[in-house]
Amino acid sequence: MKTNSLLKFTFWKIVAVIIIVAGFISTYYRFTKGLGATTNLSDLVPWGLWIGFDFLGVGLAAAGFTIAATVHIFNLHRFEPIVRPAILTAFIGYSLVVGLLVVDLGRPENFWHPLVMWNIHSVMFEITWCIICYTTVLMLEFAPVVLEKFNLKAPIKLLKKISIPIVIAGVLFSTLHQSSFGSLYLIVPGRLYPLWYSSLLPVHFYISCIAAGISMIIFESYINARAFNTGLRLNILSELAVVVVIVLAIEFILKISDLLLSGKFNYLITLNMESFLFYLEIIIGTFLPIILLGSKRNRENKGILFIGAICVICGFILNRMNVCMTGMAASSGVSYFPSFDEISITFMLVVLAMIAFNLVVQNFQVFTYTEEHVIQENGVVETKKIITSE
Amino acid sequence: MSKTKGLLFDVTLCIGCGACYDACKQKNKLPKTNQNFLSDHLSANTFTVLEQYNEYYARKLCMHCDEPSCVSVCPVGAFSKSKTGAVLYDGDKCIGCRYCMQACPHKVPRYEWGKTQPRVRKCNMCDDRIKEGKIPACAEACPTEATLFGDIDELVEVAKRRIKENKRNYYPHIYGLDEAGGSHVLILSPVPFEQLGYTPHLPKEPMPMLTMKAMEKIPPVVGVGGIFLGGMYWLTKRKNQIAKEKNEIKKELQEHEN
Ligand code: SF4
Ligand code: SF4
Ligand code: SF4
Repeated sequence: MKTNSLLKFTFWKIVAVIIIVAGFISTYYRFTKGLGATTNLSDLVPWGLWIGFDFLGVGLAAAGFTIAATVHIFNLHRFEPIVRPAILTAFIGYSLVVGLLVVDLGRPENFWHPLVMWNIHSVMFEITWCIICYTTVLMLEFAPVVLEKFNLKAPIKLLKKISIPIVIAGVLFSTLHQSSFGSLYLIVPGRLYPLWYSSLLPVHFYISCIAAGISMIIFESYINARAFNTGLRLNILSELAVVVVIVLAIEFILKISDLLLSGKFNYLITLNMESFLFYLEIIIGTFLPIILLGSKRNRENKGILFIGAICVICGFILNRMNVCMTGMAASSGVSYFPSFDEISITFMLVVLAMIAFNLVVQNFQVFTYTEEHVIQENGVVETKKIITSE
Repeated sequence: MSKTKGLLFDVTLCIGCGACYDACKQKNKLPKTNQNFLSDHLSANTFTVLEQYNEYYARKLCMHCDEPSCVSVCPVGAFSKSKTGAVLYDGDKCIGCRYCMQACPHKVPRYEWGKTQPRVRKCNMCDDRIKEGKIPACAEACPTEATLFGDIDELVEVAKRRIKENKRNYYPHIYGLDEAGGSHVLILSPVPFEQLGYTPHLPKEPMPMLTMKAMEKIPPVVGVGGIFLGGMYWLTKRKNQIAKEKNEIKKELQEHEN
């Protein structure tokens, strides 16, 4: 049993090493040979996999602001134990996004230009600023976790004093740029397929990132509980699942009524690649999770909770990929599939992000538990010291 | 030179000689990209092309929009509208996000994909020549007035007159007058424009308006959001405190009773 798990462990280690090495080589080529030689991007498909992944990274990290707001603004302190995983996820997600952006920019050495050259009419400008500010906020929100490890009390005290304004700023920045990712596409009504184009794109993006971000936390908590054999805070997670179901339902109603009101019914009944993908997105990302997580009994079953969260995440990924790739494909007139280098650099960054997440979780108090609710895998209730960031 | 300038391209007058294509290449020092100019397409090294549709030739180039999407979307303001009416690009500012390429309703901007320090490339309406008092190279080279350069108001008049005086020869529409909010390149054609590969069904409203409507909501969202969050914090905190106090009182009472 032990050798078995050891073998398994090394297997994944080897895979990770291979991915990272391949990614490094691709990165080297990307910067020495240029975008044309290493990507399948072209004049008609100027945005590809990397921008798509930026959408995902930012969206899936959305729990960072929703959970922080729930606990610190709405003072629902029973959600305290998931604040840290949420903030860490957000921080790592955003680092991934920044990494990918640098790779994707044609002139990465000019990345600082938006700081001094302003165009306040540009959505891209606003997003850049929000991401910079929000990453700073995340750093400040996570700093106490690092500081407490080294027992530095004074700066923690200071951070605590300004914590509420920081959280509020974080929520505002997030609201702006999460929705602005949708606004990016407002200017291309003729290019984005009508099933996805909507003047409400920013609203759709904002609402859907909330469900996806929370599902991501459920997903991580489950994986983490399995990997480190610690308890799972089922009561909190199933409460989160209720929120997910409600948000999904709101988004669904909004999306459909938006489509019908803007006279796009015929696109819903046309059978083509786009409508197929649209329905796939709705079925996986909305219907399945609502069915799975709709009943209380299911929500309290770890396995179903986990699968439901995965469905939401997959549906979300499909949606963003549909907006930024498939939805744009028809109008561009050429087909796009990411190149090896594009894929390997993306995978490398994802693996690095996972490693970073693990390292932080192992070395700092991220998944913290209060004594009364810890239920172990085998059903034994364990007591632990209360460690919260309060 | 106070009035803004423009180009009028008239499909009925174009003989497909390719003089504009060659002149543009020469003026902008662009390398040869195709043996046959008629099968070339816009690229980092080709700012204008002639496309053949049966007996007609359609010129494609940057439309120099009145309210250009490229100017509005660029995060660092690398695009700007010149006094001449031309839409210009400054490669020193550009960070290479390629949002301009994504956003342009006419799919004009091209990228130097092969370079490690790439630039966005497109027609600049020969802004430097106009400022020197000359006319754009392509207009100068055109043997038939199919490409006509002039003050934009005058060009609109010329276009209207041509359609009016020769109703049978023209499809009754000036492409570029209203498209995407209007542009500084106008096109006349004997057939509907989509038959010549010009992007059809563009809204009359300037494209940047679509984004502005969303961007305008930012200040109120921040203001209302900030107040709401602050208020919620205060309210819920107070509620918790009151609950706590009540609990304490209860406890005390219980202790008393005991
Ligand atoms: S046609 Fe495109 S590139 Fe040219 S000015 Fe208009 S938006 Fe800009
Ligand atoms: S690619 Fe350059 S010019 Fe185009 S929007 Fe981005 S920064 Fe501006
Ligand atoms: S105006 Fe100048 S840059 Fe534009 S197509 Fe004509 S010659 Fe080329």
